[in-house]
Amino acid sequence: MKEEKHVLSLLVDNEPGVLSRISGLFSGRGYNIESLCVAETTEPNISRLTIVTKANQPLVEQVKKQLNKLINVLKVYELTGQKFVQREMALIKVNAKPDNRAEILRIVDIFRCKVVDVGKEHYTLEITGDEGKLAAIMSLLRPIGIKEIARTGAIALFREPKNGN
Amino acid sequence: MELTGAQILMKVLKDEGVDTIFGYPGGAVIDIYDELAKTDIRHVLVRHEQGAVHAADGYARAKGRTGVCLATSGPGATNTVTGIASAYLDSIPVVIITGQVPTHLIGNDAFQEVDIVGITRPCTKHNFLVQRTEDLARIIKEAFYIAQSGRPGPVLVDIPKDVGNTKIDFEMPTDVNLRSYNPTYNPNPRQLKKVLKLIEESERPMIFAGGGVILSKGSEELTKFARRAQIPVTTSLMGLGAFPGSDPLWLGMIGMHGTYRANICTGACDLMISVGVRFDDRVTGKTDSFASQAKIVHIDIDPTSIRKNIPVTTPVVGDCRKTLENLNALLDETDLGDLQQKRKKWLDQIVDWRSKRPLDYEQDEDVIKPQYVVEKLYELTKGEAIITTEVGQNQMWAAQYYHFESPNHFITSGGLGCMGFGLPAAIGAQMACPDKLVVDIAGDGSIQMNSQELMTAVQNCLPIKVVILNNGYLGMVRQWQELFYDKRYSCTCMDHAPDFVKLAEAYGAVGLRATKPEEVRSVLKEGLFSPETVIMDFRVAKEESVYPMVPAGAPITEMLLV
Repeated sequence: MKEEKHVLSLLVDNEPGVLSRISGLFSGRGYNIESLCVAETTEPNISRLTIVTKANQPLVEQVKKQLNKLINVLKVYELTGQKFVQREMALIKVNAKPDNRAEILRIVDIFRCKVVDVGKEHYTLEITGDEGKLAAIMSLLRPIGIKEIARTGAIALFREPKNGN
Repeated sequence: MELTGAQILMKVLKDEGVDTIFGYPGGAVIDIYDELAKTDIRHVLVRHEQGAVHAADGYARAKGRTGVCLATSGPGATNTVTGIASAYLDSIPVVIITGQVPTHLIGNDAFQEVDIVGITRPCTKHNFLVQRTEDLARIIKEAFYIAQSGRPGPVLVDIPKDVGNTKIDFEMPTDVNLRSYNPTYNPNPRQLKKVLKLIEESERPMIFAGGGVILSKGSEELTKFARRAQIPVTTSLMGLGAFPGSDPLWLGMIGMHGTYRANICTGACDLMISVGVRFDDRVTGKTDSFASQAKIVHIDIDPTSIRKNIPVTTPVVGDCRKTLENLNALLDETDLGDLQQKRKKWLDQIVDWRSKRPLDYEQDEDVIKPQYVVEKLYELTKGEAIITTEVGQNQMWAAQYYHFESPNHFITSGGLGCMGFGLPAAIGAQMACPDKLVVDIAGDGSIQMNSQELMTAVQNCLPIKVVILNNGYLGMVRQWQELFYDKRYSCTCMDHAPDFVKLAEAYGAVGLRATKPEEVRSVLKEGLFSPETVIMDFRVAKEESVYPMVPAGAPITEMLLV
């Protein structure tokens, strides 16, 4: 059966050990984690956790059920297959010598990203977007020279139903 | 009212109806032990913390309520891990309380510090580290609630020493409120109607019941259901006793060492109604060919059990007893026609399979056959004893030749397959049921894994009986080596064993021995009717194997027979 990426969004108790219960479930049962992001929600005692996992359909059903079984997990939503927005973010430190500084700024402009740190020989760029956008900018920056990169995993939310739709 | 954490713990345990704790003291739980001595809760001092958890497990299974054990931090806590894993895999409600170093020392590699919450995270249903005395009562309440509700399981509570001796103003929490934990007890009526329709359409139905029926106290409903709908019943190892072994609809156990007729039925049935099972690999063999002609109904309280290993036609999430009750009510309103007539061919076929290939072994006049010992034990106890087992051949012969009539009478480490389980579990069962005869069916290998608990039994005047099927081998592994490794008996010969009669006497128990078939009955009689702790050493045929046997990974209809 075909393995596909699935984006899961979880609401969990915001307390020590919860993340390790979830990551331990994945490692202990041999499930895959492509990326994982977690932060507090508007309610301080609840965190939202976004997991991207690769699995076939029966397995992702089992993953969701196992997650639901954890006492500290309040809700498990699968976004894949529904309307949702998804973003990742990266900080990219690129070589910026006098002869390519203009080129980098043009790329920044095209991708609507920001320069968040400047030095004599580098720019640090902040970019958000989906996986494809991040891959695209990196393929353009690579020839110029990426010194360092820090990336988040995906975060995602359902789209609200629109009136008249 | 100002109370210390240790005093609060005792109050909540009493409130939860705890009457017995199995445990072992140590530095981190000294305050708890100080308070324990002031209550009327019975404390059973085990000789190793693994024994404490197995005993609490045995207590829980025999009594049908949560077992409790107590251990200190560090090595005390790590020694409980095997017991916890066994309870977890068999879904047994046990609350494990461990001491921990004081909160200000946690993370400092303090003396006798281990992260037991981290260690037991994958083998508990849930666990807690109590960080403030204010949280203690609520957490203990939650621990009991989680352990015994839904699909039961072990819950560990780690209590740092300072949490135990800090004084706070105490009020008993009234109810437990866990916003994210709500097990589904009531089955969906639409699914039940589908089940009923499948039963009506089916020509060759069978029921496959498991430990979930016993845990939900659903045996009576199961029996009623099977008899009403005239459907033959098999069970997993964990389900033995959920259906009377003397009933004509009884097929015997399913799986690797299941009966011929139960396994063949699985391949031939057109409907399998599975209740409270999880389709372990020891049951299914090769999953692709398991019940391949059948529509499968799966009733279980834990949604993760459904479609984990086996595709299911009709899933029903719910408590086994409740679901069977509802099905019985539906059956009462339904005209199933002349069932005797409708099922005749199928039930006759099963009788035929049974008579062709009954459970059997070759008798021997000079050598004691292990199966013979279990048969005689069954006769002499009229099938009424609580049987615990160790793990391996002894366990399988007990499962095959002791025909369990009622639930909570067969106590075995099914999922984990934990050698050393039977003796401490027998101690727990005897504490739970002082008036019952409790027998541990053991092997010479596994009895040595927790034989120190003989002292616990004798100290507490527990008249448990240990029947050792002594063949001088780690028999089950030897059997595999014989069948699949050209008889290369690598490290399975255990001809260096203690003299079990003397061992019994050293502990202040009674030791008996039988070496010839004609002695079996008299030794059993003497041992079983003694008021003391007794070890009976039966020198049995050395290379006897358990049959039927399905090789690992083969379809369960392909059995090696005697």
